Amino acid sequence: MSSEAGQQHPLGIYYKVWILLFVLSGFSYAVDFFDVQGAMRWTLVILFMLLKAGFIISVFMHAMWERMALVFTILGPPIVLLLFIGFLAVEGDYVQENRFQYRGHDRDAVALGPDDLHGEEEAH
Amino acid sequence: MSEATANDVASHDGVAGLVDDWSADKQTYHVPWGKAMMWIFLVSDTFIFSCFLISYLNVRITTTQPWPPQSEIFALSFGGDPIPLILIAIMTFVLITSSGTMALAVNMGYRKDKVKTFWLMCATAAFGVMFVSMQAFEWTKLIVDEGVRPWGNPFGAPQFGSAFFMITGFHGLHVSAGVIYLLWVAFRVKRGYYDNKGFEIVEIAGLYWHFVDLVWVFIFAFFYLL
Repeated sequence: MSSEAGQQHPLGIYYKVWILLFVLSGFSYAVDFFDVQGAMRWTLVILFMLLKAGFIISVFMHAMWERMALVFTILGPPIVLLLFIGFLAVEGDYVQENRFQYRGHDRDAVALGPDDLHGEEEAH
Repeated sequence: MSEATANDVASHDGVAGLVDDWSADKQTYHVPWGKAMMWIFLVSDTFIFSCFLISYLNVRITTTQPWPPQSEIFALSFGGDPIPLILIAIMTFVLITSSGTMALAVNMGYRKDKVKTFWLMCATAAFGVMFVSMQAFEWTKLIVDEGVRPWGNPFGAPQFGSAFFMITGFHGLHVSAGVIYLLWVAFRVKRGYYDNKGFEIVEIAGLYWHFVDLVWVFIFAFFYLL
């Protein structure tokens, strides 16, 4: 708990979390490097993201040692955003579908990468 | 903290403590006022970044044009084949490193080890400068070589540019401001300005810096990986 001396904790936990953050970032990068796609990509990326965020908030920002009154003040309001995200995701799907159906947008458009655009000049 | 002891408030922890802290005519947060204010600021800043990320989510869902392939766009070649997303991965590691040195600086501050606190904060700021420099490089590459603009780009959905410049630009601004703030506090620590006031300020500066790292965690996942 917080005391007269403020948030003072053994150094070990900082080193452990530090290493863990490196490992989790490495995992996130590996997801892209090995080109994992689909639901698996979303699951893994969001899992590693939430773990990293949790460790940073709870240990580096000392939230796990703060009193609950402060922790709820910090975490409560952002949680409401989840509702907003949910609303906009549903609404966004609806808007996109309307654009396909009534505005004649192309469903099969394909994205171009840097290689498609100036691949030939890099080949020299 | 002295008020806390005088009022005998920290008698309960957990839920009982939550009720205690909120249920009487007294101070609710038993932390130095600067720290409470920094937390309030960070909550409001969370909402600013959420605005950007949620608008990005919305335009990305609604656009009928394909989203540009981030993994290829942010690839970098060191002589051989381009390695996907490598620059962003290095930036992520730099920012995590800086977060670690900051956490140690906070710890050393409470141990009243001014020399170590000063140098760890300077190291943190240096990593911050490194991060912003890499971001400047990334922006230059995207604007000059790839022709990405806030209103369009050669790869696909034009919203890619506006989301990219707005989100990473605002984050870069936070990192730059953080570097100045950290150096300011670091030099004051060195001069002995906080010897009598206490070293909570290092923790408060640390909260800001960790928050910047935290925002990057979300940007890295949602903008670059997904």
